[in-house]
Order: sequence, then C-alpha cells, then structure tokens
Amino acid sequence: MDKQQRDIGAQDSPVLVSVEDLKKYFPIQRGLFRRTVGYVKAVDGVSFFINEGETLGLVGESGCGKTTTGRLILRAMEPTEGHIFYRQHDRMIDLAGVPSGQMKSLRREMQIIFQDPFSSLNPRMTVMDIISEPLEIHNVAQGQQLKDHVCELLEAVGLKAQHMNRYPYAFSGGQRQRIGIARALALRPRLIIADEPVSALDVSVQAQVLNLLEDLKHKFGLTYLFIAHDLSVVEHISDRVAVMYLGTVVELASSDDLYMNPGHPYTEALLSAVPRSDPDQPSNRILLSGDIPSPANPPPGCKFHPRCPYAQDICSHQAPEWYEISPKHWVVCHFAGQLDLSGIAFQ
Amino acid sequence: MNTLHNRSEELFQIYEAYADAHGMVEETEGAEDIAERRRLESIYAASQWQLIWRKFTRNRVALVGGVIVIIYYVVALLAQFFAPYTLSTRFIEYIYLPPQRVHFFHDGKFEPYVYGIELEIDENLRKIYTTNPEKIVPVEFMVRGEPYELFGIFKTDVHLFGSSEGAVSLLGTDRQGRDMFSRVLYGSQISLTIGLLGVLMSLTFGSVLGVVSGYYGGWIDDLIQRMIELVRSFPAIPLWMALSAAVPATWPPLRTYFVVTLILSVIGWTWLARQLRGKVLALRNDDYILAAKLAGAGDGRIIFKHLIPATFSHIIVVATLAMPSMILAETALSFLGLGLRPPITSWGVLLKEAQNLQSIALYPWVFTPALAIAIVILAFNFLGDGLRDASDPYTV
Ligand SMILES: Nc1ncnc2c1ncn2[C@@H]1O[C@H](COP(=O)(O)OP(=O)(O)O)[C@@H](O)[C@H]1O
Ligand SMILES: [Mg+2]
Repeated sequence: MDKQQRDIGAQDSPVLVSVEDLKKYFPIQRGLFRRTVGYVKAVDGVSFFINEGETLGLVGESGCGKTTTGRLILRAMEPTEGHIFYRQHDRMIDLAGVPSGQMKSLRREMQIIFQDPFSSLNPRMTVMDIISEPLEIHNVAQGQQLKDHVCELLEAVGLKAQHMNRYPYAFSGGQRQRIGIARALALRPRLIIADEPVSALDVSVQAQVLNLLEDLKHKFGLTYLFIAHDLSVVEHISDRVAVMYLGTVVELASSDDLYMNPGHPYTEALLSAVPRSDPDQPSNRILLSGDIPSPANPPPGCKFHPRCPYAQDICSHQAPEWYEISPKHWVVCHFAGQLDLSGIAFQ
Repeated sequence: MNTLHNRSEELFQIYEAYADAHGMVEETEGAEDIAERRRLESIYAASQWQLIWRKFTRNRVALVGGVIVIIYYVVALLAQFFAPYTLSTRFIEYIYLPPQRVHFFHDGKFEPYVYGIELEIDENLRKIYTTNPEKIVPVEFMVRGEPYELFGIFKTDVHLFGSSEGAVSLLGTDRQGRDMFSRVLYGSQISLTIGLLGVLMSLTFGSVLGVVSGYYGGWIDDLIQRMIELVRSFPAIPLWMALSAAVPATWPPLRTYFVVTLILSVIGWTWLARQLRGKVLALRNDDYILAAKLAGAGDGRIIFKHLIPATFSHIIVVATLAMPSMILAETALSFLGLGLRPPITSWGVLLKEAQNLQSIALYPWVFTPALAIAIVILAFNFLGDGLRDASDPYTV
C-alpha cells in the first residue's frame, strides 16, 4: 500500500500503524552445517493500516502468517523486509528501523494477548507477580502502590482482587485469559495485538471475553489488531477487516462492506463458512478444492489461483495489484469488481 | 497442546482432588465462614512446590528412600558420636573378629549386652574366636570413650554406645583389629560428601552451560554442544584413570579429595547440561517468555526469574539421580587404587583393603561397606524416582 492510501485512512482518525510490504522469511536449514535450503515465506508482502481507536480484524486460515505478522509489528522478531510505521507524538516512526536496544520504551505502547491461556502465564508465578512484572520492569510502582495497581487491573478485567495470591492453575481458561489481558493493560498501551484471544475458549466463554475486550477498548482508548481464523468471531468486534491468504493481504474493507459485498473469491469462501443466524437462509458453503499450498513453495502469479473457482489464465503467471473497488475497499485480484460474489446480509 | 498444558491440567486435577478429599466447594464465595475461606485460599494459592510435596508424600517408596538418605547424612555428620571407636582404635588381640551378636534383654529387662570373647589357636595356627556365655559385656549408652572433636570444634568424648568392660564390635574387625562399624561410619563422611560436592560442581557447570546453550542458541549452542560431545566421547574409566594418575601420591589428603571430586564432575556436568538445554529449548517458546520480553525484561531477568525456576525441580531430580553414580565412581576409583588412599577412609578405600580372596572366603564381614553403599544407592534412586514423578509426570 502506498502513502496515498494511508492518507485516505487518515480522514477518519489518524493512522496509528501502517504496515507496508512486510516480509518475514524463515530459513529452512538442513544437515550438520545448517545449510539453508530454502525459506518459509510466512509473511510475504503484507500491507494494511490501523486507525487510532479502531479494531482491525486480521482473518485467514491457520498457517497463513497472522501470528507472525502480529509479532513483527511488536518487533518480537526481525522483519526480513518492509516497513512498520507507528505514530508517536504525531510522527511516524519506522519500527523496522529501530535498533532493538531502543524498543523498550516503544514496547510500553504496544502489547499482546495470546491465544493459549495455558502457555501464556508462568505457572510458577502468582497472579500478582504476573501482572506486576511489566510495572516492575518499567519502575511504574513499588510496594503498596504496586499492589493497588494490580488490584485495579484485576477489577478492570472482571476478576476479584483477593485472588491475586493464587497461581494460574486455580483458574479456568476464560479467567486465565482475563489475567493475560490485565497484564497486557498494565503499562497502559495504545495498541493491543490480540492473537486469537478466544479461539482456545469454550463458546459460552468466548462472548464474555469479547465483550470485555470491547468494554476495555472504550475505557482505555485502545486500538486493536484482532487476529482470528474465521470471519464469525471478528464480525461484531471489528470496524474493518483484512483477509490474509498465504502471507499476503487479499482484501481490506470495512466490516459491513466486506461481509455484504466481498470483493475477493477467498473472502467469499470464508464467508460461506460463517454459520447463519437465519435458519431459513440456504447455506451454500463453498468448499475450496485442493490443500493450502506450503508457504515454503507458494504458487506463482496469484497465490490463490490453484484453489480459486474463478481462476483464468492470467492468474497463474501474473501477480495481481491492489484495486479500490469502492471507497476504502481494496481487493487484490485481477478481476476485482468484475465478479458477482455473494456475501452475508445483515438484519 | 504442549507439555505445559498437560502440566497445568495435572496441577488442576491435583488441587481438585485435594479439594474433593477435604469436602470443599469450588469457589471461595460458597464458603460459609472465614476460617473455611482461608483454608480454601491456601489451596488455590499453593505454590508448585507445595503441590509437588503433596504428591511426593503419597509415594511410600520414595518417602522411605528419602528418610534413609536423611538418616545416612545425619549419621555421617555425627559419625564420631555414633561410632563407638575412632578410625585408628585397634584391638590387637582381636584380629578379624567376626560380628558380635547383641542380646537386648537380660533377666527380662532391657539391658543390651554381648558375650565376652575367648581366643584359641587351632593346630593350623588359625585364630578361633568363641563366645564365653559366662562373661557378659554390657552395652552402655552415652558412654565416655576416646576423645574427638565434633565438627572440628567441640571437644568431647561421649559416644552413643560402647562398653567400658570390653569390645563391642557390631560388624567385626579388620586385619588390624579395627572396628568395622566405626570405619564404615567414618567412611560415609568421605563417600557421601564427595558425591554431594561432585554433584554440586556438576550442577553449577551443567545448569549454567545448559541454560545458556538452550536460551541463546546459534553459535554459542553449537560450541557448548561440541564441547559436551568431546568430553563424552572419552570412555569414562580410562579418562578418570589418566586424570587421577596425574595426582601425585605425595599430595596431602585434603587436596587429593578435592581433585578426585573435580575429576568426577568433569563428566557429570555434560549430562545435566544436555537435559537442561532440552528443557530450555522447549520453554523459551512458551508465550510467557515472550510476554516478559515484550514487557521489557532483559536476558538476565528472563533466565533467572523464568527459566531457572522452571528448570529447578528438574535440576533437583537430576542431582538426586546423579548421586548414586558419583558415589559409585568414587568407590570404583578408590577400589582400583586411583582415587583416595589411606589415611583417608572412604567406602572405596575400605573395600580396597578387603580386596583379596582370603577375605571373601574367611572374613566376609569386611565387605559390609558394600552393603552400606548398596542401601544408600537404592535409597537415592527411590527418592529420585519419586521426586521425578511428583515434579514432572510427563517426561522420562
Ligand atoms: N519461528 C518459526 N520458524 C519457522 N517457521 C515458522 C516460525 N513461525 C512460524 N513459522 C511458519 O510460518 C507460517 C505462518 O505461521 P503463523 O504466523 O503462526 O500462522 P498463523 O498464525 O496464521 O496460523 C507457518 O507455515 C509456520 O509453520
Ligand atoms: Mg497463529
């Protein structure tokens, strides 16, 4: 995406993060001397932007590079190529160019919520220790003040302050996820990357955690990158949605627009898998043929063409460009705007 | 998911089972009075160590092993007190005296005694010891005997038991007429501490190198792993033999002791380093490590606050299971004449002295140090197995 698009996004509220042509290739090493025999192109030219105060849903099948994208933005790993612009004091800083030694202060502003409520909490630390760790590292508070801080955070995420001496094993999955959320909030970040925060939870608990995230967003003025592997979860929480396939974004639009008028065949297929609230409406699920190709050896041209029901000759040898099919609705497809794709109608 | 997931599940089950067993309700709010609520909170707030302890204490065999190990160390610590005689006390008239039988009751009262010994020389000039039921040598407790210094500080001459009227030799005497029981106790001081010291040294090398290797990866990991392979590719016994052959016979006993310990730990650390590296490799991808990094934690904090505590139970298990091989290694080296030498008395040294055909045939009691070794090694293994099961049920 280029600068012009960023400016378009900026019409509503300023862009907080803008990712441009981001790439992460993991080397595949073999043999005694760890010779590099190829690369897993986990993220292969991802572009999108997030406006301050909004929730961007990032959706795609398992293994398409969502987690890697999220971690690149946090600089938990070094990008192979590309830019991550982040707005701080009305200046856009390219995080990809910040030396890792100087990331500490920037990290206060962006935090993560993990998918797995088990491996994300150290089983040997009490809730108090877990939540106070970021506060201690950044010297935010000490002693009684620190304790008060933790109490506030626990109450903000709907847990009881008197439980702070418990260890994580004494909590259910949903409660653990709340502890993880409290930890993420501790440093009062602006941006939160929520990496499939509810996919490991029971359906009954999912809604509670989603509501909590929604509440916290307003209370703390947060911006979310909300990662999910299907469109049903992000439906209510996202203002806009980016659809990812095999390391690239294929469609970016406001939620309503994307659900009602999908512009990419892959989005259409994902939408057909969303359970319908209206039982009278016929479910015409589109089953994609073939397997997801390996990110180590992606197909040439449009990466989706081997599975695309609308594929033509051109798709197999020429990579498509971004097209803005309607205002602020971008699609990466040779036939963007020309296909008659079916979405979901909202009541 | 991963082992950590299983682990958490397991812990969850333990506390639920515990709560069930005590007829407790799920949530603290349900609890009626404050005392009950406190009791519940103490379970939810039980640390991993407390949970491990609860599980460990349910394993009878391991508990017995643990108690035996503790008894061994207490006895070793106070050997001078528990032993009726010192290392050099000699009964010149009783060479190769067989173990004496202790009778506990005299005239229906608890008054332990042994019979007196009569010495005869048979036609082959062999010494034959017979007991004289007429002569009763009472076993007395807290008796005054030869003076010694407890821990090298307190001068005293009180022994747990002994007799002012004759020899009391529970395990017989050796070829110089020295009491085997006393010698085994004194030997345990050296044998048990050399194992402990060797394991401690191995632990220090092994845990630091293992954690660093697993955490940093890359060329640091490669270097440490190649080093381990190099050390490991030497056969242990010849390597020890070569190293100890380099220890001059003229060195003072204490220095020899430390050098032998060092030699033992040269190989021991590689095992622990490998184990911990594997553990850290698995741990460093856990999300909570990333969470700490994103919170701004440096390498030091991550290693000492997250990684080492996570491997600590593992380190203890490995250390316990490494003790038997350390003790056996010392015994083997000394037995071969390559480790400790008299006047230092260890179990290996004692066995070396017993090393001849005549002893096996005629004076089997001089092999009692072997029994002492076998018992403590079994105890360590039971203890280690129990600790392992309690701390990490999903790994080998
Ligand atoms: N540290 C890594 N080393 C090598 N390959 C990786 C690593 N992390 C992720 N991958 C690969 O990158 C691809 C994308 O992974 P990920 O970002 O986790 O996808 P998602 O979160 O969408 O399921 C997968 O094929 C995965 O195997
Ligand atoms: Mg993922």
